[in-house]
Amino acid sequence: MKKKISMSGFGSLLASLVCIAVGLLVGFIVLLVLGAITSAQSGGAGQSFGELLKVTWEQGFKPILHGGFYAKANTMGMGVRMEILQAAPLIMTGLSVAFAFKTGLFNIGAAGQYTVGAFFALFSAIVLKLPWWACLLASALGGAIWGAIPGLFKAFLNVNEVITSIMFNWVGLYAVNTIIYQGGTGPMFNLKTTKTFTLKECAPQSLLPTFNVNVGDKPYFGKLFTPTIGIFIAIALAVAIWIVINKTTFGYELKACGFNKNAAKYAGINEKKSIVLSMIISGALAGVGAGLFYLSGSKEWEPLVSTALPAMGFNGISVALLASSNPIGCIFSALFISHITVGGGFMYAKLFPTEVADIISGVVIYLCAFSLLFKTFLAGRKKKMASQPAPDKNGKEADA
Amino acid sequence: MVDYVIEMLNITKEFPGIKANDDVTLQLRRGEIHALLGENGAGKSTLMSVLFGLYQPEKGVIKKDGQVVKIQNPNDATALHIGMVHQHFKLVECFTVLDNIILGAEPRKGVVVNRADARKRVLELSERYGLKVDPDARVEDISVGMQQRVEILKMLYRDNDILIFDEPTAVLTPQEIDELMDIMRSFRAEGKSILFITHKLAEIKAVADRCSVLRKGRYMGTVDVATTSVEEMSRLMVGRDVKMVSDKKEMTPGETILKVENLTVPSRVHKNNAVKNASLEVRAGEIVCLAGIEGNGQTEFVYAVTGLEKPSEGRVTLCGRDITKMPIRERGKLGMAHIPEDRHKHGLVLDYTLENNLVLQRYWDKEFQTAGFIKSGAVRAYSDRLIEQYDVRSGQGSTTVARSMSGGNQQKAIIAREIERDPQLLVAVQPTRGLDVGAIEYIHSQIVAQRDAGKAVLLVSLELDEVMNLSDRILVMYEGEIVGEFDPKTTDVQTLGLYMAGAKRMEKEDRK
Repeated sequence: MKKKISMSGFGSLLASLVCIAVGLLVGFIVLLVLGAITSAQSGGAGQSFGELLKVTWEQGFKPILHGGFYAKANTMGMGVRMEILQAAPLIMTGLSVAFAFKTGLFNIGAAGQYTVGAFFALFSAIVLKLPWWACLLASALGGAIWGAIPGLFKAFLNVNEVITSIMFNWVGLYAVNTIIYQGGTGPMFNLKTTKTFTLKECAPQSLLPTFNVNVGDKPYFGKLFTPTIGIFIAIALAVAIWIVINKTTFGYELKACGFNKNAAKYAGINEKKSIVLSMIISGALAGVGAGLFYLSGSKEWEPLVSTALPAMGFNGISVALLASSNPIGCIFSALFISHITVGGGFMYAKLFPTEVADIISGVVIYLCAFSLLFKTFLAGRKKKMASQPAPDKNGKEADA
Repeated sequence: MVDYVIEMLNITKEFPGIKANDDVTLQLRRGEIHALLGENGAGKSTLMSVLFGLYQPEKGVIKKDGQVVKIQNPNDATALHIGMVHQHFKLVECFTVLDNIILGAEPRKGVVVNRADARKRVLELSERYGLKVDPDARVEDISVGMQQRVEILKMLYRDNDILIFDEPTAVLTPQEIDELMDIMRSFRAEGKSILFITHKLAEIKAVADRCSVLRKGRYMGTVDVATTSVEEMSRLMVGRDVKMVSDKKEMTPGETILKVENLTVPSRVHKNNAVKNASLEVRAGEIVCLAGIEGNGQTEFVYAVTGLEKPSEGRVTLCGRDITKMPIRERGKLGMAHIPEDRHKHGLVLDYTLENNLVLQRYWDKEFQTAGFIKSGAVRAYSDRLIEQYDVRSGQGSTTVARSMSGGNQQKAIIAREIERDPQLLVAVQPTRGLDVGAIEYIHSQIVAQRDAGKAVLLVSLELDEVMNLSDRILVMYEGEIVGEFDPKTTDVQTLGLYMAGAKRMEKEDRK
């Protein structure tokens, strides 16, 4: 039996890897075409195909493949730092969506919960001057509140969580912008930079601790580029969520509700409570994601510019899809997406727009839908082969 | 030379891993009623789907009037005048009866549908065969019996002379069944040929001329109904002797376990109350059966008793405690077990493994968790024991996903789970719906064993055979009210049918 389970896990992994490979291939072709167009425009028509390939590889595809590790950009560990800095919140929003998926909900509101989480974290830091862990808890609280509202609507009024959470995304975004800006008088708003105050200057106690590793005798990250421990917090939370979902009665109840609300009710599970709790936890995870990002001190909130929902929230959906909603898988898929996004930024910008990284992740996610098909196909073949020696066992279903 | 109108010769149809039909031959004579008998999963539906063009067989030929024909799709079947009344009607709910009948075969005048002509023909057909329908009523508003008549008229309207009836009596009252039998006989008198799919032997005896039997996809032979006993046919179908009647110990009912007083439950579908002022008692050591035609409030009654729905009025008492507003889990702890009507909707989390389903009512028990962490070893051991003890068959034992199991084994799993709770009261709603004879026999024996062990059993069933066979007391429900109480020893199916159809009722004082 053990073997079967790991086989299906292996199947998911294989399917995801196939998606990634095809996505990268498409990305490479796009780069090739872009390269050809630009060189034709600049009059370099004489360029041979070999040269084109070489340019595409050196200036475009290699940075994407190498991501944060791309040698030319990774001075003093800067690239790697950027990669894990982005991966941490991505893991969290991915977890948020994956957790909701596992319990039968589609939390498209991770972006809003992320926004409110960011506000709670920054407010605790700049105004309340709380230590970093308290700020992180506050960000979880903010996300939880924002997740709870669609959950309550769903549980008690049967309003689809997709609709409410999309609306609450925008409510959250504009509420946060307004509260921070307050016509330029907001206590967190720095008129000079038109951003929130930088934590380094006004709230150093709220910055996440950093770490460094030694490679040989020398530290890998330069003094200014030490990454925060956010990535470890995210990984630990992913493991914790995996345990909750798979090993606890609480997870058993939430999953039962997600699979079959009626059966859960029949079994005496309070299905309304479960829906609300699912959304609270899901929201809290997204909120922590924002906390991990903004408490790293490398970016401030810009209330005048942030008129679009943070991409981190929606990328969480991609992360969860690529991971087939497996919490542990979210760690790797978030790292992958962060990897190619950071790599995309290192391409030779004159030839290749950074959005090619988005195209690749877009194709990968798109293929993930097919990967389900692919998996069912594999499973179908296996079942066929397995059931042939003993046709009696499955006999009853075929005729129904 | 016998005149066969349809011959299906040596049909073999394989699905991955299973031969659904293995060298099956079916020969339908002109102007006969030919029964097709078999358990669930015996291959009846597959065979009919082959005849209807939904599946292509790997081997074998189909002949119509002695000519080999190829039936690639249902349109081909219709062109050959083959018509079918499906078990689950294929009607457009919000269309009128007339529109449903002509759907797909509309008579046209230019680009508009010529309803006047259609109406004339439908009324003519309805008159001729005594198939009373109101052509202007919407299908959603008419009774199940009339919906079936609409389905039959659909076949007649298309001039079909080979008529397939797939389990047509499952939804009818005894009186309606008699009417249907008469209609089938009148078709036969007109020279139409009928294929009658069923697993009810009494009906075959009543109406069919010949009977073909399938077992596990194999053709077991064709018998002449008049000269073959019911027992012989059932042996052909199941492959062994089947007890048609359950043995029960003589029992004197003990104290009252469940008491329902003046229960009223609002309906979710319409504005009226689904259950109106219904009262009953179930005592230890007796099986009380709530009989009635589908949709007369039995479902809502059970929902209110088990806590799935809130009653608007009335009181439910279990073992002397008022449980009217008690949460479902508390009811369970007090001694209520519930085999739900819809095993897919309520009974199982289909995407959970079998072991997770078997602990669905007990995962919170100390036996299966410590500090909120599930003891997977204990769950596995418990599940393995139940699978063994209740003979639940599945591909991968405890780790089988419930969705992939057969209906009979899903039901067995539910029964194992509920009986293992060692309840004071077992509420069993249609526990054998859609199951084959072997599984029915087993489930009946389990229910009787619970009664014999001194448990109270409330059984809700639409199958009158089951009602007569199992119960110690029968209550008939009609339009949300309990309209009669009977002793199965002193009543018969016909009498029950009159009450079920609302033609007769007892006043409360008349009931003992």
